[in-house]
Amino acid sequence: MAAARDRRQDGQHPAFYALLAALIFMSVGPIALMFVNSFKLDVDIISGTSGLLFLPTIQNYQTALCDILWFELEHLDFCALKFGGAFINSLIITLISTVLTLVIGCMAAYALVRFKFMGRDTASLTTLMVRMVPPAVLLVPVFGLWNNEFCIGKETLVGEWIRDTFGGRGDVCLAGTHAGIILIYIAMNLPFVIWILQSFIVQVPRQLEEAARMDGASPYQVFFLVVLPLIKPGLAAAAIFTFRIAWNEYLLASALSDRNTKTVPILIVNNMSEFNVEWGVIMATGMLLAIPPIIFTLLASRQIITGMTAGAVKG
Amino acid sequence: MRTAALNRLTPYVFMAPAAVVMIIALLYPLLYMVYGSFRDWDPSQTISETDFVGFKNYITLFYDPSFRESLSVTLRFAFAVVTVEMVLGVGLALLLDRKIRGMSVLRTLFILPMMIAPVVVGLMWRYMYHPTVGTFNRFLKSLGLDGVDWLGQHALLSVIIADIWQWTPFIFILSLAALQSLPQSALEAARIDGATGWQQIWHIKIPLMMPVLIVTCLLRLIDAFKVLEVILVMTEGGPGLSTEILALRISRTATEFRELGVAAAMSNYLLILLLVLTAAMFGYTKLQEARAARLRAAAEKDV
Repeated sequence: MAAARDRRQDGQHPAFYALLAALIFMSVGPIALMFVNSFKLDVDIISGTSGLLFLPTIQNYQTALCDILWFELEHLDFCALKFGGAFINSLIITLISTVLTLVIGCMAAYALVRFKFMGRDTASLTTLMVRMVPPAVLLVPVFGLWNNEFCIGKETLVGEWIRDTFGGRGDVCLAGTHAGIILIYIAMNLPFVIWILQSFIVQVPRQLEEAARMDGASPYQVFFLVVLPLIKPGLAAAAIFTFRIAWNEYLLASALSDRNTKTVPILIVNNMSEFNVEWGVIMATGMLLAIPPIIFTLLASRQIITGMTAGAVKG
Repeated sequence: MRTAALNRLTPYVFMAPAAVVMIIALLYPLLYMVYGSFRDWDPSQTISETDFVGFKNYITLFYDPSFRESLSVTLRFAFAVVTVEMVLGVGLALLLDRKIRGMSVLRTLFILPMMIAPVVVGLMWRYMYHPTVGTFNRFLKSLGLDGVDWLGQHALLSVIIADIWQWTPFIFILSLAALQSLPQSALEAARIDGATGWQQIWHIKIPLMMPVLIVTCLLRLIDAFKVLEVILVMTEGGPGLSTEILALRISRTATEFRELGVAAAMSNYLLILLLVLTAAMFGYTKLQEARAARLRAAAEKDV
């Protein structure tokens, strides 16, 4: 009996490997397809010269990035797609919001786990409840508030200063600025980050912190010098998830951004809804948007999986 | 003395930034939305200029056939997706719970679909479903079959398939983790008593995994109500209303029909629906904790 089991562990049934191959093909196939197509000209995509028999070209990527290339493109007389600018916007918004979410989130998670204080249960319950709020529900209030309420009047000192420096008419509002999008991304990601980090902080042995306190460290020193280094894997997982959400988000960004603060997902959706889709170029932009998350996945899949299972399996 | 006061303040200092951000950018907007849902609200107006209309928005929506259609599409989508994904994900986890070389590579490849932007996922599937240049129809034609009108007649099904592709790995990975943390002694005992593979799965593995499975299922269910971009890119809610889920309808009501009050009321309906689901999840975890505590107490008493 035991021998039979050992044998099964060493050499699996051939059908088993066929299943594995099929699963890998299914999960990676569409991504590979897009990758291949992004190097094809539209003629090749539409005529259906199937498989890998085509001349790879980087023309699609050149078209996509035309506004930040330093040389003129021959096949293009006008740079319609401002992909480069959108890419930079996406980077700014994602990086700043990820860093801030992590800092704010791990402080809150630490307080929720380690201290007993008034309102702790309320805070913890609220965090859990707002996790379920879909971005679509936030669309209406955020649109209204960011455009009309969260403004600095143009008559006030600060408003006048911003007006003079950056130009424009009317009041200075959060909508249309990077800061506006960053704020809502931080708020959206915080509950999730707090939730994940809590499960990591709980595992830090309390004695370690108490020892540090005995040696005269303040609570802040304990947090920054003892706890933070110990929950690095958790921070990595949380960072990747925040990055992913901020990098991929479309709906709220589309409601809040203006011409100059567009992010990449908005650009892709706008170009998709046109009647005649330029498949090659759109797939190149899609690929560029997908590359950062793919790199993170390949580099840190272990952290991602721990992060994913931390909440559901352990707590 | 001053340091003691400072130390007592510590938790509040640590909580403050998160509390401020969440109150300004989450809780206040949600209250603002509830307030706005009772008003006749146009995007060009500030909320103080709007008129109070009571429950009019809610009542209009309640009798609005296209809202009901949206709601039913959302529910059908969510339940179909969650059911199929649970069955597939748990099934695969049970199948692949063995010692395989390269399992970590496999898991890495499996999580790729859910890390990629939903917008890009929609883009890929829209291409593959394309009636003439798409992969599927080309494949069918090369077999001599007629092409299928994927995003036309079978739009909802096509959207569901895309979501299953993207999110089955999530369930798979969580159930695999649950399986691998099962107590080996129980499985060993069953094996010695001569339980067959199926009996082990039905009577031991599944019941022991149940807490994780239920949490996973609810997480996935809540996420299924958040899906928007994939469907937006693939079908834009069409044809007709066949794939217009609630999230999409909210965004269209707000931006195209310019009726913020109605959109707010719709958001509230969606929120109530999710609130019930989350409450169920929360209640369940609390129940589990209580049971675990009771069992632990009982075990301690025995010792």
